[in-house]
Amino acid sequence: MPSVLPLGDPAPSDGLLPAQAADGAAARAFGLYVHIPFCAVRCGYCDFNTYTATELGGGASQDAYAGTAVSEVVLAAQVLQRSGVPARKLSTVFFGGGTPTLLPAADLAMILRASIDQWGIEAGAEVTTEANPDSVTPESLAILKEAGFTRISFGMQSAVPHVLKVLDRTHTPSRVPQVVQWAREAGLAVSLDLIYGTPGESLADWRYSLETALSYEPDHISAYALIVEDGTKLAAQMRRGEVPGIDDDDHADKYELADELITEAGLGWYEVSNWARTPEQACRHNLAYWRGDDWWGIGPGAHSHVGGVRWWNVKHPAAYANRLSQGHSPAAGRETLDSDTRRLERVMLEARLQSGLEVSTLSALGRHEVAGLIADGLVEPAAAFHGRLVLTLKGRLLADAVVRRILPD
Amino acid sequence: MSPMARTAPVPAATDPAIIRNFCIIAHIDHGKSTLADRMLQSTGVVQARDMKAQYLDRMDIERERGITIKSQAVRMPWEVDGVSYALNMIDTPGHVDFTYEVSRSLAACEGAILLVDAAQGIEAQTLANLYLAMENNLTIIPVLNKIDLPAAQPEKYAAELANLIGGDPEDVLRVSGKTGAGVEALLDKIVRDLPAPKGDPDAPARAMIFDSVYDTYRGVVTYVRVVDGMLHPRERIQMMSTRASHELLEIGVSSPEPTPSKGLGVGEVGYLITGVKDVRQSKVGDTVTNLAKPAATSLPGYADAKPMVFSGLYPLDGADYPVLRDALEKLMLNDAALVYEPETSAALGFGFRVGFLGLLHLEITRERLEREYNLALISTAPNVEYEVTLEDKKVVQVTNPSEYPTGKVAEVREPMVSATILAPNEFVGAIMELCQARRGVLGGMDYLSEDRVEIRYRLPLAEIVFDFFDILKSKTRGYGSLDWKADGEQAADLVKVDIMLQGEQVDAFSAITHKDKAYAYGVMMTGKLRELIPRQQFEVPIQAAIGSRIIARESIRAIRKDVLAKCYGGDISRKRKLLEKQKEGKKRMKMVGTVEVPQEAFIAALTTDESKDKAKKK
Repeated sequence: MPSVLPLGDPAPSDGLLPAQAADGAAARAFGLYVHIPFCAVRCGYCDFNTYTATELGGGASQDAYAGTAVSEVVLAAQVLQRSGVPARKLSTVFFGGGTPTLLPAADLAMILRASIDQWGIEAGAEVTTEANPDSVTPESLAILKEAGFTRISFGMQSAVPHVLKVLDRTHTPSRVPQVVQWAREAGLAVSLDLIYGTPGESLADWRYSLETALSYEPDHISAYALIVEDGTKLAAQMRRGEVPGIDDDDHADKYELADELITEAGLGWYEVSNWARTPEQACRHNLAYWRGDDWWGIGPGAHSHVGGVRWWNVKHPAAYANRLSQGHSPAAGRETLDSDTRRLERVMLEARLQSGLEVSTLSALGRHEVAGLIADGLVEPAAAFHGRLVLTLKGRLLADAVVRRILPD
Repeated sequence: MSPMARTAPVPAATDPAIIRNFCIIAHIDHGKSTLADRMLQSTGVVQARDMKAQYLDRMDIERERGITIKSQAVRMPWEVDGVSYALNMIDTPGHVDFTYEVSRSLAACEGAILLVDAAQGIEAQTLANLYLAMENNLTIIPVLNKIDLPAAQPEKYAAELANLIGGDPEDVLRVSGKTGAGVEALLDKIVRDLPAPKGDPDAPARAMIFDSVYDTYRGVVTYVRVVDGMLHPRERIQMMSTRASHELLEIGVSSPEPTPSKGLGVGEVGYLITGVKDVRQSKVGDTVTNLAKPAATSLPGYADAKPMVFSGLYPLDGADYPVLRDALEKLMLNDAALVYEPETSAALGFGFRVGFLGLLHLEITRERLEREYNLALISTAPNVEYEVTLEDKKVVQVTNPSEYPTGKVAEVREPMVSATILAPNEFVGAIMELCQARRGVLGGMDYLSEDRVEIRYRLPLAEIVFDFFDILKSKTRGYGSLDWKADGEQAADLVKVDIMLQGEQVDAFSAITHKDKAYAYGVMMTGKLRELIPRQQFEVPIQAAIGSRIIARESIRAIRKDVLAKCYGGDISRKRKLLEKQKEGKKRMKMVGTVEVPQEAFIAALTTDESKDKAKKK
């Protein structure tokens, strides 16, 4: 998650949710996000809420973190219950970071077990952790599988050493096929995360990274354009002219190449930046974000959403641990969305999905734009004819522009 | 040293022999206000201990209420050799744009203090006003101010002044408005050296208007200098240019508060209030006479203010058009030189074409509209007035490139100016280079002192209205100063350059330029727009054309990527806020055909970097 929290209303110290959170909850899936705010090294492009081991102490330290996270899990179950939100089993769980696998696998397993103790878990639930290729072993993977993890997402980013260097990634490319094989052997589905558009990355470099990743036959690939956030080391280097700036045309070329090669390899897009080998292997936790399902975010700076109430935790791990140790909610702020805002979000989020957006969600003015979008080659005509707005390849690259056009009022 | 006057001469009963009317000619920061304040204090019009506590504070309140803060003319008593004199200090605007107003202020005086900063020497506009004063046969008292400054070079600049007006450097007074040194000697010198006003007390009344100011509470306050006869309260007066008559509700003098009097006689300076609401009914330069006993001829020198520079003013937000219209109406009450008419631009919507005396007048007006009426404005590139003669002999006056006729043009005439530039002699080469590039013809050059020169050029007005002064300043490291006055017109090889976005002409970017500069303008403007207009979902050609002939082209490639790759671990709020911000941004776009052009592009394309700096300085 980004380092800057949005502005919203203050959240109450007991964490209780407004009444609307409970409305229709039984019909929505419920997921859990667990943020692990630690990394071995801070990458130059990263503005996420993460810390290196030596930066923190007390309840925020790496050793104590699992216990602190579990205390929020317990609090979360109480808050939902006291807010009148009906109990639901976990549908998806996602450990992200930071580098979750910097914690001992036993710690991740403990947090997962504590969560299942609170809510239970659906049969066939998806449980993912992100991982750095450097920080897993066959043994740690076995522990995760044993605890109930079903899926692992490796931060491969690139197969090209000079690109990894600009990104400050520490792993050697040859380690990736090794850890993919271990994960397979442990019985985990495998996703690979790639980043394109890194300064100095040629189109040939990117093609090589894609071909290399695809040669490992992952079940799922995420390919994200590099975003240079203010305040990162990379932004400073760019400002000083030490590395070249971002070129949107280069990003567009690389996205098109990614879609071409990944699709050729037999995977299909289901969200602008995500491809899966089969629809079942799409990341359901990720889809929950785009579909407006409910999830609770555990950890400093984590975001949550329940029934149109969005909130976010205090950012610093020490402040986070401190709140919880006093029995207070770690929520820093929240917003309660009205129906117009929820509709706007729905359009904004669902337009990114291959399953598309129901055209009937749009206002009359918005619907009026659809013909023009088809004419401009941004929207699939056949799907639109059946009442769904689905982006073409060109439309995916211009998704934000499309959303602005279909939200004219 | 003279003591403060024990008794002040009474208005309406003052012998012209004891009246002295003078103004101060000075450059903007050469210390005129400080010296004026010091004179008010020395003459006892304002008490020393009240100077700040009362006088200046009162001005702040006035400023808050939006009423007049300037004292256009102040009457001060001063005693020399046991005789009490009435000194009238008449304010003069300090800028070239207001030369006509300056000339009327000078015409109300018998003498002028030429005030020059002892650390900087004379500036071009001061020199121009000095020449104007000399043409009006005013007696000049040269004064160096700020002699307390460490950087002062009184010997050098005294020699320069003596050289200019003829005389001995020893005769140049040295004062410090800040410390008060030399101020009493200056007051004595005013009494001794300046001639008393002359006039016929028995003739029909004639008074010249030298300033006219709108006051929210009192209506128009008119400042006059009586030449012949006498004006009395409650009588009916007549404006000789319009024949309009008004009742004189109040007449008096400022010292410095307005003080009603029983009238104003020969040589006296004061104010009139008639209850009119618009300064156009009481114009600078006009002659006031008595309706019952009118004068046969008006005083010489009256002229209507003629706008020289035209610019379109458009509200950034189209909904503010009525606010702009009301604001212009209000400004007009206090600015007889301001003229405007409604105008529509395909690109900018509804606005006004406004005529100004010069660029400063434009900037002041725009700044007042923005600050006092809280408007965000786009002003189009300033234009001069061209006279276009078609082959069928039809003549068209063009103040806006969009009015340029499409038929066969036989001749285009453009207004000319004669410009005077003062600068240290090391910059002569750079100045000549600049003036030649601006189609100037050298008129002459003189040395003011051994290292300062006066250079005279005849230039097309169009060449100096945009960025000339800023470039002059930068080429002379800030030392160059400029003055100009209208100097007829000339036929020139001028063409209209159109700018087209996707084949659609954008009137706001059109320009009338010399044929030799059309290509450079086309390349500059198309290049600038390519940088300023964001990429669209389709390719946008930008062309510059003279008639149907394309002289420059650029193209904005279609945007291919406009999507945020990820959602930041569930931070949907951030993504939504970004979308809302983008939607807001879209609202501020002007549609030119199907091309979205941000307002900033209009502003940036019509502004040079130098003129932005200038706006800051002012």
